Amino acid sequence: MTEYRIAVQVSLRPDILDPAGRAAEKSLQSMGFAARDARIGKTITLTLDAADAAEAEAKAEQMADQLLANPVMENCSITVTPRM
Amino acid sequence: MQAAILSFPGSNREQDAEYALAHVGFSCQIVPSHSAADFSGVDVIVLPGGFSYGDYLRSGAIAAKLPIMHDVRRAAKAGRYVLGICNGFQILTESRLLPGALRMNTGQLFVCRSVKLNVARNDSAFSHLYQPNANLDIPVAHHNGNYFADPDTLEQLEAEERVIFRYGDNPNGSMHDIAGIRNSADNVLGMMPHPENAALAHHQSQDGLKLFASLAARIGS
Repeated sequence: MTEYRIAVQVSLRPDILDPAGRAAEKSLQSMGFAARDARIGKTITLTLDAADAAEAEAKAEQMADQLLANPVMENCSITVTPRM
Repeated sequence: MQAAILSFPGSNREQDAEYALAHVGFSCQIVPSHSAADFSGVDVIVLPGGFSYGDYLRSGAIAAKLPIMHDVRRAAKAGRYVLGICNGFQILTESRLLPGALRMNTGQLFVCRSVKLNVARNDSAFSHLYQPNANLDIPVAHHNGNYFADPDTLEQLEAEERVIFRYGDNPNGSMHDIAGIRNSADNVLGMMPHPENAALAHHQSQDGLKLFASLAARIGS
């Protein structure tokens, strides 16, 4: 077994209005930054024991599908890194 | 008539639901969510409002994965009535008992006020005592009540006449002004407004009482 660090990055689908991102963007603009397209997502990081990277990735995808992201409104991307 | 009101960590409207249900003749039990439940003698399961698991991850997401939700799903399949109010509606969409999702209100604000609610369908077990197109005065209290579904799902909901309640003054940006939807078998209803808080004499409106009375009449008959 190898220890893997998993990062699941969840973001609202691009076609969906992100009111919190909009608010942050407006605030940045009022501070003088020419910021556009601000989106607020979240990252869930965790540690997982798996036989190999493929198994760790498969497990991470299941966790994302079943709980961490809601495909009705969110996209997610997963990175898997062996812990040295 | 028996009602089971689930209590998740962070639920806060269990007793409000109990008072409204008791008022129309239900015996109520408040069921803690942490263990499996037997709903065989129960006519109605209520998923009450509140903030289960602190709304962590997404509103209703963690509650939706509890083992007791398997029992709720089984009971719904067996034809028992399931009513999800506010956070309960969020749990029903997260557990896929109802389609779509509830996102952050477009105004970013927590909205806590009375809204105008239109009875879009009065052919439901949950609404048959209302006049067609009745306009109700019912409070909302939520931050994530903005109903979202993909265009195909919305079209299906409309074609199957499953939108039971619509906002007259949309407080949260919900698509098609959707405030409450049912499943195709008409035994599962999810809604963001709080009929249990517009039911008793000391509430500012009693317009929500007929929802509970509708269920009681359907079950009692």
